[in-house]
Amino acid sequence: MAVTSYALTEAYALPSRRGPITRLLEDERWLALVLLLPTVVLLLLFIAYPFAKGVELSVTDAKVGVPGSFVGLRNFAALASDTIFRTAVWNTFVYTGVTTVFKLALGLWLALLLNRHFRGKAVTRAFVLLPFIIPTVLSTFAWKWMFDPTFSVINWTFYRLGLIHGRIAWLSDPDLAMLSVIIVNVWRGVPFYAISLLAGLQTINPELHEAAAIDGAKPWQRFWHVTWPLLLPVTMVVVLFSIIQTFADFQLVYVLTGGGPANATQLFATYAYQIGVGTGLLSEGAAISLAMFPVLLIVVIVQLLYIRRVETL
Amino acid sequence: MARIHRRKLLQLSGAGALAARGGGLAGIIAASRAPAYAQAATVHWLRWNDFVPASDELLKKEIAPEAEKALGLKLNIETINGNDLQARTTSAIQSGSGPDVILGLNNWPQLYAESVTNVDDVVEEIGKAQGGFYDESRAVANDGKKWLGVPWCVLGAMIVYRKSWLAEAGANAFPATWEEYRGVGKKLKAAGRPIGQTLGHTFGDAPTFTYPYLWSWGGKEVEADGKTVALNSKEAVESVKFMTAFWKEAHDEGGLAWDDTNNNRAFLSGTISATLNGASIYLLAKGKPDTYLDEKGKPMFQDMAHSPLPKGPAGQFGYHLPMTNMLMGYSKNQKAAKDFLRWVTSKEIYQKWFNSQQGYSVGATTIWEKDPLWNKDPVMLPFQTAARAGRFPGYAGPADRKAAEGLSKYLITDMYAKAAQGMPAEDAVKWADGEFRRIHGS
Repeated sequence: MAVTSYALTEAYALPSRRGPITRLLEDERWLALVLLLPTVVLLLLFIAYPFAKGVELSVTDAKVGVPGSFVGLRNFAALASDTIFRTAVWNTFVYTGVTTVFKLALGLWLALLLNRHFRGKAVTRAFVLLPFIIPTVLSTFAWKWMFDPTFSVINWTFYRLGLIHGRIAWLSDPDLAMLSVIIVNVWRGVPFYAISLLAGLQTINPELHEAAAIDGAKPWQRFWHVTWPLLLPVTMVVVLFSIIQTFADFQLVYVLTGGGPANATQLFATYAYQIGVGTGLLSEGAAISLAMFPVLLIVVIVQLLYIRRVETL
Repeated sequence: MARIHRRKLLQLSGAGALAARGGGLAGIIAASRAPAYAQAATVHWLRWNDFVPASDELLKKEIAPEAEKALGLKLNIETINGNDLQARTTSAIQSGSGPDVILGLNNWPQLYAESVTNVDDVVEEIGKAQGGFYDESRAVANDGKKWLGVPWCVLGAMIVYRKSWLAEAGANAFPATWEEYRGVGKKLKAAGRPIGQTLGHTFGDAPTFTYPYLWSWGGKEVEADGKTVALNSKEAVESVKFMTAFWKEAHDEGGLAWDDTNNNRAFLSGTISATLNGASIYLLAKGKPDTYLDEKGKPMFQDMAHSPLPKGPAGQFGYHLPMTNMLMGYSKNQKAAKDFLRWVTSKEIYQKWFNSQQGYSVGATTIWEKDPLWNKDPVMLPFQTAARAGRFPGYAGPADRKAAEGLSKYLITDMYAKAAQGMPAEDAVKWADGEFRRIHGS
C-alpha cells in the first residue's frame, strides 16, 4: 500500500535527523539518569538540605539571627539533664505506642467492615475519610471545645444521661490530658489505616477465602491464616508511616494543650518548637528534633527488613 | 518595509506608555527633561490581630493613607494571630527578608538583638517629648547600651470581677491582700461562683498572673547580677503552699488547661466571678450590652469592675504585656521605616490609635496617663497607671534571653501547676529552681 510505504520510508529516514541528545538518551543508563533527575533534585532540595541544615544547627550554638560556632555534641549532652526533655521523650513513646495500637486495631476492624458489600458502601467509605481530610488544626479546635473544662459537650451529654455528677477535667488533669490527645490522634488516624488496609484487602483473591471455607475454616481461622499473612506487608508499611508521623506530631498537641498542663502532654516536636522558636535557641531546638532521629531510623530499618523478609517468603 | 524586532517594539511601547502617563510628549518637551517616576518606598508592618478590632480598622483605613500623604511611602499593614508572630519573625530573620517593622511582644527585642536596627535617635526624641518611658518598656527594649526597638504600648492586666457577687461574699471593695482574696474566693466557690485563673501553657494570662504573684511573696528567679539563681527560697515555697490551698478552695480547677480565651468565655457566661485579664472582657460586654446579661437580665458590664492583683507580704506587683516595634536589620527601607516609626509614635498620630484602644492598652510613655480618655469611664481607671507597677520576667536580673527561656518554658507557671496537681511545694520549687539553674548554667 502506498501510504504504508511512505510512512516506512519516513521512519527509516528519521535516524539521520537525530540530535546528539536523542542519541545519548537511547542509552538506557543515561535515560534512567535523566528520568530520575527531577526526583533526585526534589529530594536533595526538600529533604536532604533541611536535614543537613538541621544536623549542622544542632552541633553549633546558633540562635535566631546569629550563625553560631561549632560546639560538638554539647547540645545533646545538655538534653540528658533536662527534665522537661525526659518528660517529652516518655510522653512521645506513650503517645506513639498507644495510638498506634488503637489505630491499627480500629483501622483493621473498619477496613474489614468496609470490605463487605452493603448499600451505600461508596458514601460510607467517603465519610470515613472525613477526619483525615479536615485540616488537623480545624478539627483539633472542634475537639478543644468538646474537651473544654467549662463547656465540654461530652461532659454535658454524660451529665444529662446521669453518668456523671461533676465535671471530667479532660485537659486539666495530666493523665486525662494525655488520654484526650490520644483520643484525638486515634480519631484522626483511623481513616488512614482503614483505607490503606482496605486497599490491601481488595488485592486478596476471594478464591483463597472460598477454598479455605470449603476446607472447613471458620471466619476467625480464615482471617488469621489467609487474610492476615497476605495483608501483613501493607500493614507494615502503614504502621511505619503512622509511627513516623505520630512520633513527630506537633499541631494536634500544640492546639489542644500547648504541651500542658505542666508538660503532661509535651512531645519532642512541641518542645523543640518551644525552645527553637519561643526562645530563639535554634541549635538546641534542632538537637531536640534530631534526638528522635535514631529512634525513627531503627523503626524504619527493622520494618523495612521485615517487609523484605515477608516479601521473599 | 523595515522589520520591527520584538525588543524594539517593547522599548517603543514602554516609552509611549510613559509619555502618555506624563501628559504626553508635549508635557515632556515643556519640562525639557525626561519624566521621572519615583517609586514610593513600601514599609511593611507586621502586627498581631488586635483584641480591639476597631484599632486594626483605624490603622488600615485611616493611618495607612495618612502615612502615604505625610511621608510619601506606602504602608502595608499585615495582621496575624499573636501566637504565630514569633514563628514569622524567626523565619524572616533567618531568611533575611520579610516585614520592615515587626511589633514584638514581651522581650523579643532582646531575643533578636543581633537582627534589629539601633533606633536610639527615634526613641530618645519620643521619650523626651512624651515624659519618658515606663521601666518595663525600657527593660524589654533597651539592652543597657542601645534601644533595640521603639516601645509601642503596654497591655494592662487587671482582675475583672463581678461587683455584686463579691459583695454577696462580703467584699464591698476588692480584697487588698491575698489572704482576704482567698477568704472571699472560698465563699464564692462555695456559692458556685469560683475565681477563674489559668495555670496552663498560654502566653498571656498565665505568666501575667504567676510572676507578679511570686514577686508579691518576695520570690524571684535570679539575683540582680542576672546569674545567681535564687528561686528556691522560703518565700517561693510559702507562695506555692498558699497557692495550692487557694487553688483548691477558691478556683475553678479546670483552669489548669485554660488558654487566653477560656476565662473570657467563662466570665461572660457567668461561671466565674473574677479573673485576671486585659480589659477585653469588659470592653466586649460594654460593646454588646444586650448580648451579655447578668442573671437578673441587666447588662453585665454594669456589674463589672477592675482591680490590680492583691498585695502579698513583699508588696503589690503587675506584669503587663509590653509591645515594641522592631526595625528589622535586613530591611532595605531603613530610612523610610525609621521615618514611619518616628511619625506613627508621635503624639498626634499615636493619639488616634490610643483613643481607639479605649484603655485596653496604655502608651509606653508616661504622658498617656494624663489623657482625657481616662475621664470617660471610671471602670477603666485602674488601667491608667497600671504600667507603673510593672516588672518583667527575669527579675531581679535583666529581661534577657535567659528570662525569655524561663518564660517560654512556663517554668514559674508550671511550678504552681505541679503543686496544684499534688506535688509537694518544696519539690515544685526545687524542680523549677533546677530548670533555671540549667538555663543559667549554674
